[in-house]
Amino acid sequence: MAERPEDLNLPNAVITRIIKEALPDGVNISKEARSAISRAASVFVLYATSCANNFAMKGKRKTLNASDVLSAMEEMEFQRFVTPLKEALEAYRREQKGKKEASEQKKKDKDKKTDAEEQDKSRDEDNDEDEERLEEEEQNEEEEVDN
Amino acid sequence: MADAVAGRDKCGEPRLVSLPLSRIRVIMKSSPEVSSINQEALVLTAKATELFVQYLATYSYRHGSGKEKKALTYSDLSNTAEESETFQFLADILPKKILASKYLKMLKEKRDEDEEENDSDDGSAGDEAES
Repeated sequence: MAERPEDLNLPNAVITRIIKEALPDGVNISKEARSAISRAASVFVLYATSCANNFAMKGKRKTLNASDVLSAMEEMEFQRFVTPLKEALEAYRREQKGKKEASEQKKKDKDKKTDAEEQDKSRDEDNDEDEERLEEEEQNEEEEVDN
Repeated sequence: MADAVAGRDKCGEPRLVSLPLSRIRVIMKSSPEVSSINQEALVLTAKATELFVQYLATYSYRHGSGKEKKALTYSDLSNTAEESETFQFLADILPKKILASKYLKMLKEKRDEDEEENDSDDGSAGDEAES
């Protein structure tokens, strides 16, 4: 899926921000150190994916799920990440549930007043965009698998 | 450290992960054996990558040499990759830097060793050809 090698890089600005937030104020991070951490992060993703995939294969599943990623962290000796990750998963699930309820509520409201609809749309666009793209990709995937 | 990680949403809109999910997915899918990834696994991997970046940075800073100067350098990172068991998998992409002159010397020593081995391998044949 990656057509160019730079597609495997993570955005520098985001990586730099994460590093800065983790270190005490005023620490200077050399440019080389930044790009090294960024590369390390990409390798981490690949390593984690490969470990998680092993767990999925053991479970005879084609799709990686949350428990595969958590098992991978243990395997990779990053047990310290498991608790914060579980918390993040809970938060994510709550968020999804909230979104679902909100969109159902919106549907109800829609019938009543169509005027306010435009405003709601523009406000939510940012959040929805990413997900729509991902859903699309997910569908493409299924097709690939079927073939 | 975990505390700092859990409640980090200070700037404006609280977002669960700051790394772009689409990019994380591209990297995950670049692994040939992976067929599909569900959304939760994707979000968790992105989050784990953030934790990893924080951990690698703080670990290297704490164990590094630039603490007095308040600096994080490449050699702090390559030291981490070499010395820490957990970060060992990074050793290949974060090699230790050495001076070119030192490297050339190492190369030469290696070549000398190889030659010695070759000499003893085909032993007398080589000697005869030379004489």
